[in-house]
Amino acid sequence: MAWSPSEMTLGDQATLFKELAMRLVTFILRRALHSIFVLLGLSVVIFGISRILPGDPARMAVGARAPQWVVDNLRAQMHLDEPLFVQYGYWLADAVQGKFGISLVTRREVAEDIKEFFPATLELALFAGILMGGFGILLGTISAQHKDRWIDNVVRVLSYLGVVTPAFVFAIIFMLVFGYWLKWLPTIGRLSEGLTRPPVITGLMTVDALLAGDLVVFWDALKHLILPAVALAMGGLAQEARITRATMSDNLTKDYIAAERALGIPERVIMGKYLLKPSLIPTVSILGLDFAGTLSSAFLVELIFNWPGISRYGINAMLRKDLNAIAAVILVLGVVFIVVNIIVDIVVAYLDPRIRLSAERSE
Amino acid sequence: MTEVTGSWASGLQGEAGHVALADWQELQRRSRRENIGRAWYKFSRNPLSVAGLVIVLTIVLLAVLAPYVTPYPHHAGPFTDFANAKLPPNPRYLFGTDTIGRDILTRVIFGFQDALLMGIVVLALVVPPGVLLGLVAGYNQGTWIDTVIMRITDIFLAVPPLILALAIASVLKPNLMNSMMAVSLMWWPWYTRLVYGLTSQLRNEYFVKSAETLGASKAHILFREILPNCVSPIFTKMSLDMGWVILIGSALSFVGLGVQPPKPGLGTMVADGARYLPDQWWIPVFPALGIVVIVLGFNLLGDGLRDLLAAEEV
Repeated sequence: MAWSPSEMTLGDQATLFKELAMRLVTFILRRALHSIFVLLGLSVVIFGISRILPGDPARMAVGARAPQWVVDNLRAQMHLDEPLFVQYGYWLADAVQGKFGISLVTRREVAEDIKEFFPATLELALFAGILMGGFGILLGTISAQHKDRWIDNVVRVLSYLGVVTPAFVFAIIFMLVFGYWLKWLPTIGRLSEGLTRPPVITGLMTVDALLAGDLVVFWDALKHLILPAVALAMGGLAQEARITRATMSDNLTKDYIAAERALGIPERVIMGKYLLKPSLIPTVSILGLDFAGTLSSAFLVELIFNWPGISRYGINAMLRKDLNAIAAVILVLGVVFIVVNIIVDIVVAYLDPRIRLSAERSE
Repeated sequence: MTEVTGSWASGLQGEAGHVALADWQELQRRSRRENIGRAWYKFSRNPLSVAGLVIVLTIVLLAVLAPYVTPYPHHAGPFTDFANAKLPPNPRYLFGTDTIGRDILTRVIFGFQDALLMGIVVLALVVPPGVLLGLVAGYNQGTWIDTVIMRITDIFLAVPPLILALAIASVLKPNLMNSMMAVSLMWWPWYTRLVYGLTSQLRNEYFVKSAETLGASKAHILFREILPNCVSPIFTKMSLDMGWVILIGSALSFVGLGVQPPKPGLGTMVADGARYLPDQWWIPVFPALGIVVIVLGFNLLGDGLRDLLAAEEV
């Protein structure tokens, strides 16, 4: 088949398009299949962790003073008398349906807790992700365009420091400087006292406030969001800036850019269209990892800013050995992590036709 | 005969081709010395790598000599001096004192000990099995061995190491040893993946093929032919990882699952100190900067090694 569009008939083009679409679909399906396998493996690991603990889970659930028959009943109910792999089967069947049991700390269904706390973390991570992508690519582009000039050097030093500084250190320093000394932004929680939270629709406070048309609450929620989100974003932001700078300055020396310049294509178009798209491929892959990484840094940052998210809930569960909650938190974060990775792969496949095609050819 | 210059050639003078064994060994020694000299020259041209090396050496020295170089060594333990509690940084206490009157500078330096110990122990536990699995999987690429090993690493890489490490550490007894175990369980797949990539390329090289043709054993091929060619990237990654492992370790002790009081853990000090913001800001800030300096040092050093050893794979 002729591969150059100008030589193709309309029918050829239609078949080619259909073929490419099919390839993308099989690519996604294979990716999803692999993820399901990974998730199953992860569930085995989590189940393993929840069984490392010496002692009787049933006894721990009811407390030391409960009579023995209560414990025995619970043991039977929790299938603790059966072999481990049977227990795993029951556990997995429940987990798939979102039944993780009762949390020892909150005395509620773990699923309920997750539903309540997860949106807060998601809001934080999404905001941090936007900051990472936006500012990281912006800084990287500026740096690459002014390569080896002072602005490039400043960006490089700052991004190096950004990569090596852990999020919880940023959190403490931002809290101190912008929260306490300059008093620009609030430091604790999601909303100031005295404000009523908007009706829960998405669980994201800022979005809910906008949907309710309450600008005062929106502004207040946004102000609460900034410090923890920026603290979470700094590491990824610096990473994105470094990667974007590296690929862009590498691509800038390529022949096709010189050719475009020789053809008289405006510099703006070269930068924004022909250079940016291929240069973003590594950035997007890393951005996905960094976005998912914020979910792990959030464990400490939420603690510092007293942010009522799933990570703070998870930490409390871990400190009190609340196994049902621990398992649920890790599984939920694992699912998020895997879904993000699939999305990244699809975006990268869209940006980089070679990956789409080679994924197919390798079959 | 043209005059032969350069030290390596001096051994070749006289009867060419009949170099005595002793001379040959001397020659090898000399060329090794020169290689090291050349590598050092290249390394020292990059001020950032040198800065990294200086930072790392300083921290190691401080940690080893902590009892002798710190102003108040007894402050590393359960010491109290309420008269001097919560003092801001001053000439007597450069980093200030904590809520029970202990010198923070002393405690940060002692904190380096457990931080370095964490990094060393975790890497020692993680690198051998990780590398071995990577070698085996990469050499048997395409077989079920490859599939099993690499799918298992996929599972461990599916979740950020901190999350699972936290979970594992939380069900064990909270102490430094268990936090090392937890981090180690999470860290080996990175080495497996690195070595896997290298090995699956190297197995098609001629020197491996010829060793196979000569009937060399699997162990010989893996450890004598392939492994030496993976050493540079592994070393580079280890240097970079020292920083990251220490970071994860301090995150674990931040939530109370690592170094236990009264021993000074950098993460523990940050976490405890965060409660005294903003009035006693020096209590968390200096230990936090300590963590940053360690990670910075090992990263600069690792980047320098990567350039030096041309290990782009890391």
